[in-house]
Amino acid sequence: MALGLETKKSELKPLSTNKAVAEAAKDSNVDVVAAYPITPQTTVVERLAELIGEGELDAEIIHVESEHSALSAVIGASAMGARTFTATSSQGLALMHEILHIASGLRLPIVMSVATRALSAPISIFNDHSDIMNQRDTGWIIIFTSSAQETYDTIIQAYKIAENSNVLLPVMVAYDGYVMSHTIEPVEVLGKKVAEEYIPKKVSWNRLDPDRPITIGTITSPDYYYEFKYAQAKALESSLQHILEADSEFKKKYGRGYGAVEGYMMEDAEIAVLGTSSYFSNLKYAVDELRKKGVKAGAIKLRVYRPFPREQLYELIKGLRALGVIDRSISYGMTPSGPIALDLMSTYRYKNIPPIQSFVAGIGQRRMLIEDFVRIYEILERRASSNSINEETLFYGVKGIDL
Amino acid sequence: MKELKSWKDYPLGGAVYDPGSTLDIDVSGWRNERPQIDQEKCIRCRICWVFCPDAAIIEEEKTYTTKTGKTFKLTYSIDYAHCKGCGICANECPVKAIKMIPEVE
Amino acid sequence: MTYELEKIKTLWDIPKEEHLVGGHSLCAGCTAATIVRHLLKVAGKNTIVVNATGCVEVSTTSFPYTAWRVPWLHVAFENAGAVASGVESAINALKIKGEIPVEKEINVIAIAGDGGSFDIGFQALSGLMERGHKVMFVIYDNEAYMNTGIQRSGATPFAAWTTTTPVTRRIRGEWRNKKDMFDIAIAHGIDYAATANPAYPVDMDSKFQKGLSKDGPSLVHVIMPCTTGWRFEPKYGITIAKLATETAVWVNMEYDVGNFSVTVPVKKRKHVREYLKLQGRYSHLSETEIELIQEQIDRKVEEINKRAGKEVIGPLEA
Repeated sequence: MALGLETKKSELKPLSTNKAVAEAAKDSNVDVVAAYPITPQTTVVERLAELIGEGELDAEIIHVESEHSALSAVIGASAMGARTFTATSSQGLALMHEILHIASGLRLPIVMSVATRALSAPISIFNDHSDIMNQRDTGWIIIFTSSAQETYDTIIQAYKIAENSNVLLPVMVAYDGYVMSHTIEPVEVLGKKVAEEYIPKKVSWNRLDPDRPITIGTITSPDYYYEFKYAQAKALESSLQHILEADSEFKKKYGRGYGAVEGYMMEDAEIAVLGTSSYFSNLKYAVDELRKKGVKAGAIKLRVYRPFPREQLYELIKGLRALGVIDRSISYGMTPSGPIALDLMSTYRYKNIPPIQSFVAGIGQRRMLIEDFVRIYEILERRASSNSINEETLFYGVKGIDL
Repeated sequence: MKELKSWKDYPLGGAVYDPGSTLDIDVSGWRNERPQIDQEKCIRCRICWVFCPDAAIIEEEKTYTTKTGKTFKLTYSIDYAHCKGCGICANECPVKAIKMIPEVE
Repeated sequence: MTYELEKIKTLWDIPKEEHLVGGHSLCAGCTAATIVRHLLKVAGKNTIVVNATGCVEVSTTSFPYTAWRVPWLHVAFENAGAVASGVESAINALKIKGEIPVEKEINVIAIAGDGGSFDIGFQALSGLMERGHKVMFVIYDNEAYMNTGIQRSGATPFAAWTTTTPVTRRIRGEWRNKKDMFDIAIAHGIDYAATANPAYPVDMDSKFQKGLSKDGPSLVHVIMPCTTGWRFEPKYGITIAKLATETAVWVNMEYDVGNFSVTVPVKKRKHVREYLKLQGRYSHLSETEIELIQEQIDRKVEEINKRAGKEVIGPLEA
């Protein structure tokens, strides 16, 4: 099928990723929105309030008094059978931590966007991934996006995934605060038809209904608790298949698909660097520079983070001479100190993989220019040639540290 | 209730689909004393039924005529499977028509 | 209200249906169960209950059982107000979208103990009231964290023993006064707030009725004598509740769109000693301390009478 352009009657809009997220929530025809202002997420809810106010979206907006209540309110709404949306960043996501576990434990298909930002203290309102990485074991599906367009598309896909009766798990769509949240890009929006065409609503989750009263959120003894948690683990693990199905159906209908991972110039690459969200775009420019110099470099984007796309990523990295992984958060007191690098080293422990060099960069949005990414490839190449890659993380860009 | 032999049999997210199923639980073992209603003394005031924390006072439309010839349309009795023997009914009964009898003599 | 229930004026107006059934594991003589039984009798089957963590929650929903016959949701301790806001908003949204019939009236009730309302649940409760959701918030107040083993809360009254305000060489029970939730609720500009007592079921149930009939948030704060934490024999739960009102430790009040009233006037008050002496949590009190508590009550009664514009709570019995 030729890219499914038969349904195409969409328009290009100049949108920041935050605005694209709001547009996607509107086109997903959500029923209830609850969110609390936090930089750099705030314009998502501002825009949603406008859309509701203008009558472009029939939804209830709850002006909650905290992020903890934002997630709590959407849990209540979701349990009542509503399609729900919330958005946050940084401290807000941290404040939700307790409730994140409950949302996934109750198996409610909530969708949340996260404009990633550093955590206090000291306060930084700028981007890194310490907020999202702290939530990686909460049982949510976590997807990183790299452009406003991809974020728009992924929010819509997220409802398809979350509400799939084989999944029924909440989804976080994460993108870089400021770098993406406030950068305007052209975005092709699909309009409200997408809700009917691609994500028609069907409540397949536990729902509060006076005609069929059920009890949600029980207390369990050691005789019962474990099986619920195992079922949740299995659901998250097997959701990868449904994430990929949702993505290919989206591609068929609207011409855009993203997969779980993406490679750039990976066909003949000897060394590659893996990054998430906006870093992938910069890595691609760096690869172009390196290719000009004759270095067989490639770039890898990790899009789906939980569930971890083990097989898909392995296909990209298995033939490499060396792999660099850039983390934008620190796993304190651990070597390597980058959570994604750590993930790779452990999940492929029994596979034949290239040496993995862990990098930490961009903490608190420390500036990273294309030349810095080029430099990361050069460090990787140097250490690979001298067989000096080990489990130590290289902290790129810290004053007083020369790599 | 469905037997939960494997994790696959478990309901989604810990929900219970069987409203009011604690009625299957017998709490009579909690009791030290059991309430006993003297139908002759009982004036059908509903107070025991009102205060019972365990909904263990049964109110039925069953006629009862006392030895003195007074006829009541309602009869109160105890659901002994769900009575925990707290004694609120006996304590609140305005005519002392409920006695608490030790379970173990 | 979801069905035309006659105004509750006598015990015989209380609906027969049970929506919280027996077999739960609340303590023998737990007056919370009496309160919630009545709440649901009044609310009827078209009701969604959001329950904060606490005794009622853990003791009625031990998987794979439930004592509830209405849809029920528990999320966490501190967020019943927020969760109930979400439930109510979803009902509104789904009515607009035709997924729930517009004419279908569904009550939304949040139930929390004093911890889930006075303390950890305070912010979410405040948000709920301030935003005007049509939710009735019912507090069963046993004046401490009973579920975790009798620790003091912001609702623990002066001089009460708890495990964290122990009677020791330096501490003689709680040394601060109870937070005033009734006036805090009113300060949010809500239409209806009340205090109630299970020993006065007609008064309590009619308050539940009124709260549910409002178009916005309402709060009913109910005293809940706790056999375990207040240290009394299970059979005395209602007796002690009654004494609380007879001594004016607890006054059954109401605020209804600007009108304040005491719904259970007391002609002659009993001395607070009558209330205190039945409870182990006050067994350490000296005569002087008891008189100090009595003085506090006398002052409170004076304020209430002033507010009511007449003597609704009378003087101490001779």
